[in-house]
Amino acid sequence: MKNNSLWIRTVIILVVTLAGIYIVFGPCRTPTTADFTADGIKANLAENINLGLDLRGGSHLVMRVKTDEYLKNLAENTAQAALTAAQDAKLPVSGNTVAGADGNYAISLQLTDAAQSQAVIDEVKKKVDLANWTESNNGDTITWSLPSNIQTVLKNQAVDQAMKIVESRINQFGVKEPTLQRHGAESAGQILLQMPGVDDPERIKDLIGAESKLELMKIVGPPNPSPVQTFPTEDAARQSVGGTLPANRRIITYAERETTAPPAGQTPENKPKQFVVVEYPAVVGGDELRDANAVSRTGNEGDYQISFALKPAGAAKFGDWTSKNIGNYMGVVLNGEVKSAAYIKSRIDDQGEISGQFTKSTADDLALTLRSGALPAEIEYQEERTVGPSLGADSIRSGVTASLAGLILIVAFMLVYYRGSGVNAVIALLLNLLLTLAALIMIDSALTLPGIAGLILGIGMAVDSNVLIFERMREELRAGQDVAKAVVLGFDRAFITIIDTHVTTIISAVILYMYGSGPIRGFAVTLILGLLINLFSAVFVSRTIFMWLLQRNPNLQKLSI
Amino acid sequence: MFEFFTKINVDWMGLRKPLIAVSIVVLLAGLISAVGRQFTDDGTDAFNLGVDFQGGTVVTVKFRQKPATDEIRGALQNVEINEAIIQDSTDKQDEVLIKVPNVGKREECKDPNGEPMQEAGRCIVKKSLDTFGKEAEGANQLQDDETAAYKIVGTDAVGPIAGAQLRNQAVLATLLGLVGILLYIAFRYDWTYAAGAVIAVFHDVLITLAFFSVFQWEISLTVLAALLTLVGFSVNDSIVIFDRIRENLTLHRDKSLYQVTNDSINQTMSRTIVTNGLVFLSVLALVLFGGEVLRGFSLALFVGSITGTYSTIAIASPIAIWWQAKLGAAKVKEVQIASQSGEKMASASRRSVTRRPVTR
Repeated sequence: MKNNSLWIRTVIILVVTLAGIYIVFGPCRTPTTADFTADGIKANLAENINLGLDLRGGSHLVMRVKTDEYLKNLAENTAQAALTAAQDAKLPVSGNTVAGADGNYAISLQLTDAAQSQAVIDEVKKKVDLANWTESNNGDTITWSLPSNIQTVLKNQAVDQAMKIVESRINQFGVKEPTLQRHGAESAGQILLQMPGVDDPERIKDLIGAESKLELMKIVGPPNPSPVQTFPTEDAARQSVGGTLPANRRIITYAERETTAPPAGQTPENKPKQFVVVEYPAVVGGDELRDANAVSRTGNEGDYQISFALKPAGAAKFGDWTSKNIGNYMGVVLNGEVKSAAYIKSRIDDQGEISGQFTKSTADDLALTLRSGALPAEIEYQEERTVGPSLGADSIRSGVTASLAGLILIVAFMLVYYRGSGVNAVIALLLNLLLTLAALIMIDSALTLPGIAGLILGIGMAVDSNVLIFERMREELRAGQDVAKAVVLGFDRAFITIIDTHVTTIISAVILYMYGSGPIRGFAVTLILGLLINLFSAVFVSRTIFMWLLQRNPNLQKLSI
Repeated sequence: MFEFFTKINVDWMGLRKPLIAVSIVVLLAGLISAVGRQFTDDGTDAFNLGVDFQGGTVVTVKFRQKPATDEIRGALQNVEINEAIIQDSTDKQDEVLIKVPNVGKREECKDPNGEPMQEAGRCIVKKSLDTFGKEAEGANQLQDDETAAYKIVGTDAVGPIAGAQLRNQAVLATLLGLVGILLYIAFRYDWTYAAGAVIAVFHDVLITLAFFSVFQWEISLTVLAALLTLVGFSVNDSIVIFDRIRENLTLHRDKSLYQVTNDSINQTMSRTIVTNGLVFLSVLALVLFGGEVLRGFSLALFVGSITGTYSTIAIASPIAIWWQAKLGAAKVKEVQIASQSGEKMASASRRSVTRRPVTR
């Protein structure tokens, strides 16, 4: 029976160790002989471990979207639109007021004739989208206020929208593997952008803050049902207008998002560029756009359209223009590139649709690009941490040196102080280090410089468990217990203490993880993992080694400790 | 067997008054430093807060020919930056850390839209450094560009709002950490032990902060991480001893709590020395080889690993038994170690022991 349990323990340990070795040193493909050479192992290790920005070099930017400003602008625009709507209908309004203090966003219209208030409400609602606002009417003043739950929703939308814009802009910039996520409490409206390998964030910050330009332009060419007139080269496009470009024409690239799967061997990225000729200036600029959404009448995939809404001034202009251009192609141009071309089915006023066989995701993307013409509110940089590649490499070197020095000191001490049993502790310690790295890779968490410090401290804690157990065993031996009994008592008694010490340290590490940011989280993660794994390596593995020792020599009189 | 401290018999509880006096002296020194600095003319702040907590920009610059600190200071003054802190990197000869407060918008620093940048810290430092020669710009390193005189290898910029936010989070995290530990120990032992351990840990944090104030070491986010680690480590020591007290109380019901506490500290002394010695060794490795970035972190742990051990003996245990004695309506007598007069033990700990027996 006892023999049996020893076998099971040994098998578990072997399996876990081998898995750990493979995760840390193995390649993510079928191994070849090259993977067993020193260089191969080093290369695999470098590939497996995800280094944090402070070690590999890169930029860490925390930005805040000024959501209060966004709501304030929204309230001001809505108030202006409401006043205009009522005045256009020749209704008796005398003015509007906007309140935006202390998070109470409200707009009011002052009436000179209270009897007409219902007429004003009806008229305003026809022209202005007030679905989110709570209405109250006391005769000569009509007030619409924004409930706080709606404010939260709108603020979140603004942050998400800003995030999408930031994403599209950094993708344009060609940043490799950026990560973009919400940061901190939801109400803080913060975005965290991490860009490995970028050591001059000023250019990125410029790009993110740059004004984006969206325009609706007429594409020159035969009307529907002919397809959009495109050209393979800029030159070909120029030839089509007689070799020289007239003042009212522009040639721009055409990068329509795929509505159907690209031909074999081509991805949307490497699809050859196309060019179109457009009329200049644009019919409508992006500042005229009020909203855009993906809609579907049938709900079938591939049957999505973009509905958009223009502000009043743009709507009038656009209505005129579209009625004269039915059947022609209109290009949606973002930052000087046609993102989508669609033919005009009918006159479009302030509400319109861009037809085309969009899938839901392309339609959503397009609607988003449309909406994302400009950032919803100004972005403020709160934190910027940049580490150049040379500084990162220096940090790796000092981190690794410190770890190795710490490790060597500990190993040397354990071997001298506990002799035979020290070997046991060292095995547990190295296993702890290996498995912590493996766990870090498994959960895809980045190793930061504080993370390396966490590893070293984890080793310190791991040794503490062994010391507790060994000291206890020594005490039991001094008290006259035989070796087998001393081993059992040592582990049993020390185990309770080990659990308590681990739980308290994990509590503080978890809190650090919750409130820490960036590299500090890396520290908390490695410390937590190291502690959890230690329960396996220092207690289970060490005990198995002692069991195995006693199994081989049941009458062991003297333990090397 | 090769071991330290097998047969020590020190009356730790009897030493508690001088030990606590030492703590009070260090804490007072910290308090005097923290308060005094704010009231002396051209004195510094209570703590040398890094940009993480007070906002500002730190630029790490690698020079080909490092100029003298005064030259850099002069260059910065030319662009109207008078409060810069210029610090040589402790482990790299050619690197300098330049720390400037938040400068806000500056006319000479504009973004491509022609608007002044929101925070011109990095830009203005770069402008001042350009007087020493040009920077190796873009992806170029210093060795790639023969004509360049320096390279900005790292920047940390924290806005004023984020600084305040990080500061609040730091305090909150430390307090929550203490509360979490208090609750856990109260659940596993009882309130008297929990109070002892938490007061001891709080003491450790304060002592460490006292060192940071006296020596004006910079407090950054990583120092916060170190403080919380310290909290975990210090509590470990307390738990090991409490655990032994609990066990000894059931084994030796005839001994006084005073005596049992002393015995428990002495019995676990070997472990205390070995473990903390080892933690100390790994922290020493961090101090020596961890580099500039981990400096504050290593120093905090360095101080913490010493005070953590000490506070368990000098603070945590006396408080726990003082409170228990009060609960048991019995006075902790200043008895001789030799006298083993059985005094009725504190009820609180008795209850918890019988509820959760340790011996199996």
